[in-house]
Amino acid sequence: MRKATMATSSTDVPIGPRTPAQESPPAHLTPDDRVGLLRAMLLMRAIEQRAMNLYRQGKVPGSFYDGFGQEAVSVGATWAMAAADRLCVLHRDLGAHLVRGVEPARILAQYMGREAGITSGRDGNVHFGDYRTGCVGMVSMLPDMMLVAAGMAMAFKLRGEARCALTWFGDGSTSRGDFHEAMNWAGVQNLPVIFILENNQFAYSTPIDQQFAVNPVQRAAGYGFPGVSVDGNDVEAVFEATRAARERAITGGGPTLIEAVTMRMHGHGAHDDMKYVPKALVEEWRTKDPIDRQRARVAQLGIDVDVLHDEVRAEVEQAAKVALAGPMPDPATATDRLFHPRDADEILLEDGQAPWSGFQP
Amino acid sequence: MTEMTYLRAISDGLRTEMRDDARVLLMGEDIGVYGGAFKVTDGFIDEFGADRVMDTPLAESGIVGTAVGAAVVGLRPVCEMQFADFVSCGFDQIINVAGKMLYRQGLPVNVTIRLPSGGGFSGGPFHSQNPEAWFMHSPGLKVVAPSTPEDAKGLIIASIRDPNPVIYMEHKNLYRHVKGEVPEGSYETPFRARVAREGSDLVVITYGAMVHTALEATHDLDGASIMVLDLRSLVPLDEAAILAAVRECSKVVVVDEANRTCAAGAQVAALIAERGFEDLDGPVVRVASPDVPIPFSPPLEAAVLPSADRVREACRQLLEY
Repeated sequence: MRKATMATSSTDVPIGPRTPAQESPPAHLTPDDRVGLLRAMLLMRAIEQRAMNLYRQGKVPGSFYDGFGQEAVSVGATWAMAAADRLCVLHRDLGAHLVRGVEPARILAQYMGREAGITSGRDGNVHFGDYRTGCVGMVSMLPDMMLVAAGMAMAFKLRGEARCALTWFGDGSTSRGDFHEAMNWAGVQNLPVIFILENNQFAYSTPIDQQFAVNPVQRAAGYGFPGVSVDGNDVEAVFEATRAARERAITGGGPTLIEAVTMRMHGHGAHDDMKYVPKALVEEWRTKDPIDRQRARVAQLGIDVDVLHDEVRAEVEQAAKVALAGPMPDPATATDRLFHPRDADEILLEDGQAPWSGFQP
Repeated sequence: MTEMTYLRAISDGLRTEMRDDARVLLMGEDIGVYGGAFKVTDGFIDEFGADRVMDTPLAESGIVGTAVGAAVVGLRPVCEMQFADFVSCGFDQIINVAGKMLYRQGLPVNVTIRLPSGGGFSGGPFHSQNPEAWFMHSPGLKVVAPSTPEDAKGLIIASIRDPNPVIYMEHKNLYRHVKGEVPEGSYETPFRARVAREGSDLVVITYGAMVHTALEATHDLDGASIMVLDLRSLVPLDEAAILAAVRECSKVVVVDEANRTCAAGAQVAALIAERGFEDLDGPVVRVASPDVPIPFSPPLEAAVLPSADRVREACRQLLEY
């Protein structure tokens, strides 16, 4: 395995593609899984590219935030999660929602603030979670959802259930107190929770060397559980690290911190030209694109990847048509749904899709 | 009916609901083995076990954040802030995570957060605050503040059963100073105001510990007939009961123990100005703590917190208007 060629992570993470011929087949992924991983990443990228066009046409209010180049982190991790597991999803992790079963048309409607969006226009961009898929959407105060995920895991443990909670957060949010409170709580109570540090090198414009003196993955030991680094641009590696962490979690082994080393290839939002990022750095990471890497593997399986890609593009185009045809929310509903009525049915998180072959009967 | 203190009534309500509903668990600092800083959960760990009477790390954001996570997968956590003042350390999780979840995502968050609040015992600037207005100003949270043992029990049960985040203000100065008859078994107190004493010349509108201050101040006020309206719930605010009291009495004194600016009473006064103006026979008068931290030394603290004398004087002046 090659060593990292960049000084952007303090850990020895192998980054950069090997040719598929040099790799041994993954132990826990069938050919269908490997195609499914690629398809989910292609879908995430196609939706976000379509949304960026809609933004430029003035159809997406506010700004637009995407996960270009980071698709492997959410797709790979979510692929390892069971239907009954629960997830708190970050803003560059659209792939998680896709794997769990949120329809692309609803996502595009969400970006455009339309009634059919997951939040019915109450919140924007990737600030959503569809409770019917077992997902809670993020808030902008990061990493608040680390504690929420720890609480889900706490409930699973208290009830003796073999279930697991997972959440993502960025390099910048490791500076905040909730990171410490969640890591400490999970360690003290030995909770079935997976924390995925999505290290994309920049928190808005601030590089990681101004964020922490010691890579946070090394801090996990201080909280009493393992921290591992994986190549965040290798979807199969992210899957495998998450699968192992989940196995640990549901068998009483406790939490795991996974650092997925990746790169934010676009600005913080569509408004950000990211002039503060050295061009050479972006060029270097462009050669490590997670979709290119998985495409090569899937092509090696004898799959016509271009056909797959065309299917995905057609699906997104159809979704855009549906989303654009949908209405904006009724202004008269702006003050609705502040409180849940006492006599209404209880609403809890529900099971999402879990396509990994390991969960199929 | 059994006579018990305000503190025991809270304990009784928690115990009743925990016996009735296995989903209810208590979370907080020193609430298990020690029984809580004020002993509200004394002995609970023996009956319900350490899982349901959870001694947590010293982390208020952690307490609220994990409670939210546990709630959305089916538990009904009741969080204790050791003192209401410490809720500032958990503020973000309450305001941004719990308070906005249903509106944004359609997912209710059934958590109850108990805040032992209030001054009067030299607690100083970090153990005496009344922060209820912080939460009134933040959408998606209910806020209740019982003044009697009966309501303390009924409101804690109703808060736990309410599917939304509820901030339960329990006044420390009432814990052992106030006793009353409390019904046995399970019952709920509605999130509506209560007439603590009927009257027709003037109404004092207040809640929590100040209900007792108002009753003491006005029980014999030169023969005047003084109503005391106990709000019990600040969100939702019982606007109909407030406006009905204004119609009945035409003169209004609003009392807060909290700092004056933007306090609950300010909202009451604004409501009356907007919708009760025609019924008034004088200006709405407010009695509240001045906008300073609650001082430690007894003469300083007494100079800040509204006393029965201050309330009485305010009522007397308004009656003469």
